[in-house]
Amino acid sequence: MVVCLSNNYYVCTGCALLCDDIEVELEGSSLVKVHSACRKGVARMKGCETPLECAVNGKSTDTDTAIKEAARILSNAENPLIFGHGNSSSQAQRKAIAIARKTGAYLDDTSSFCQGPIIEAILQGKLRTCTLDEVKDRADVIVFWGADPSSSHPRHMSRYSYFPRGKERQRGWEEDRTAICIDVRKSDTAEICGNNGTYIIPPGEDAEFMDALVSGLSNKVPKTSFDFDKKRILELTNILKKAKFGVIFAGLGLVYSLKDLEPLFALMDKLNSVSSFHLIPMVGQYNMRGSNHNIFEETGYVNRVKFGTEVLHGPEYSVVEALKEKAVDAALIIGSDPLSSLPLSVARYLTEIPLITIDPCQTLTSSKSDVTIPCALAGVESGGTAIRMDGVEVEMKKIIETDRLSDEEILTRILEAL
Amino acid sequence: MLTMASVMEIYQLLPKTNCKECGKSTCMAFAVDLLARKVKVEDCLPLVREEKYRANYQKLSEIITPVGDVTETGLIVHEDKCIGCGNCVVACPVNVAADPFGAGSGKAPTSDKVILKVEDGIVRAKNVEECRRFGENKILCVACIDTCPTKAIEFV
Repeated sequence: MVVCLSNNYYVCTGCALLCDDIEVELEGSSLVKVHSACRKGVARMKGCETPLECAVNGKSTDTDTAIKEAARILSNAENPLIFGHGNSSSQAQRKAIAIARKTGAYLDDTSSFCQGPIIEAILQGKLRTCTLDEVKDRADVIVFWGADPSSSHPRHMSRYSYFPRGKERQRGWEEDRTAICIDVRKSDTAEICGNNGTYIIPPGEDAEFMDALVSGLSNKVPKTSFDFDKKRILELTNILKKAKFGVIFAGLGLVYSLKDLEPLFALMDKLNSVSSFHLIPMVGQYNMRGSNHNIFEETGYVNRVKFGTEVLHGPEYSVVEALKEKAVDAALIIGSDPLSSLPLSVARYLTEIPLITIDPCQTLTSSKSDVTIPCALAGVESGGTAIRMDGVEVEMKKIIETDRLSDEEILTRILEAL
Repeated sequence: MLTMASVMEIYQLLPKTNCKECGKSTCMAFAVDLLARKVKVEDCLPLVREEKYRANYQKLSEIITPVGDVTETGLIVHEDKCIGCGNCVVACPVNVAADPFGAGSGKAPTSDKVILKVEDGIVRAKNVEECRRFGENKILCVACIDTCPTKAIEFV
C-alpha cells in the first residue's frame, strides 16, 4: 500500500543544506518516492545498495559482540584516532567526543582538510556571517567563490541563494539579484551566472585577486600578475560597492588556494566599509559544521585535538598528520571513508592498525576494518539534530523503523563498555 | 547561455543534395521536421548509407537526442541529465503565479497547478497546457531552459 504523507515534511541529509521540505511515499517500511529532494538527496535517502554487515574480523556476529570488541580495541590502544563525524547527528558527535576524552584519543573530522579554517574564523567572530533565510529574503549580490553549488549542493541556488523570491527580493533572480562566479573553470554554476557574471582566474591566484578587488574598492588601479582585465575587475567592484546585502559563498576552491585567511579578512573588512557583506562556507557533509560547533563548545577548538591530561591542539593532531607520522595505534571511523577520500600513501596506515567502522553502508574503509557496526541512516531511520552550513540547527525526524541502532546509541554503548 | 540545436545547425550536417529520398522536397524541409522530431535521423537514407557522411551522421545523432516521453505540448525532460536542482521549478513564471509561497519562494510546491515539480530527484512536467509557450497567447518563454545548469529541458 502506498501512503502519501502529504504536507508532512522531512529533512534531507544529502548535504549541509538540510532541505526541510521533503515529502515521501512509503510502501511498508521502505521509501518508494521522494518529493522535492535533488538527485543527490534522493540517493542518500533511499539508502545504500550494499548495507554494512555487523562483523568482527570478517565473521558475522551480533551487535553486542561487535560493540564489546570495539571497546576492547579502544581501551587497549594508547593513542586511538576517532575520525569522521560529518555524517552523524549532533548527539552522536557529543558521544564521540566523550569517548575521545575517556580514551585520550586524537579527535578530528573532515573539516581539517575542508572548511575548518573558515568555520573557526566565524565562531571566533572574525568573519561576518548570516543565515540562508536572510540570503533568500534580502541578498542582492551573491558571489560563489571557488564553489559550484550546481554540482555540490544542487538546490542551493533554487532554494536560497539566487532564484527564489524573498521578502525584500520580490522579483527574484530576474531583476533583484546578481550572481557572480569566481572560479578557475567554467562550472555549471558559471553557466547560470553568464559570461558577464563569471570571472575565471588562474589556480592558486585567489589571494592576489582579493588584493586586486581591495584596490578596486579603494579607487586604485587593480593590478594582477596574471594580467586580468582591469576594466572587468572595476565592473565587479562597482557591483560589490552597490550591494545592499551581499554574500560570499566560500567554496573549497577558495579555502585550498589561500595559505592563510588574511587576504579574505582584508577583503571582507574593505567590503563592509563600503557596503554590507556576509560570508557562508559551502559545507559538504550534512553535519560537518555541527561537528565543529560541538568540538568548539567542548574544547575551544573546531578540530584537530588530542585528549589527555589536557586538551592539545595543532596541525600535528590532524587525521592526515597523525596517520602520516603513524602516531596512532587504533582507529574508530564514524560515517566516513578515509581510505577513499585521503591519499592512499597517508590512509594506507589505517590497514596496519586495528580499525573499527560505524556506517550504514559498505565502504572501502569498512572492507578493511576489523570491526564493522552498521548504524541507522540519519534523517531516515533515526532522528536527532544537525547544524546547517549557515549555523542554524535543524531537527531531523525518523521516517521509517529499523532494527539497526543509531550511531548515537552505538557510541553510547561503546562508552558504557569502556 | 544555453541554446538548443537550430535548424541551420542541423541543415549544415545533412547532405544538402535535395535528393528527395526521404520524401521531403528539400534537405531544409527535412531539417525542420527533424528538429520537431517528426522524422528520425535514419530517415535520411544517404546519410546512413554513404561513408563520406559518417562523421555528420554521428554528430547529428548526438544533437538529436531520443525523445522518450514527449508531453503533448512538446516539452522534453532528459532524465539522464536532470540533477533535480529545482531551478526551473522556482524560475517558471507559471509556477510562481500558481504557488508564490511554495515553488515561487524556493520551497516544495504546495499547489496542484504547478507545471514543473521534482520527484525522485528528477523534474516532471504536469499541467503542461498551462505553459506560456502554448495556447492562443503563446510567447517564447525560456525561463526553464535558461536556468538549467545541465541542459536537461528542451522543447520540440
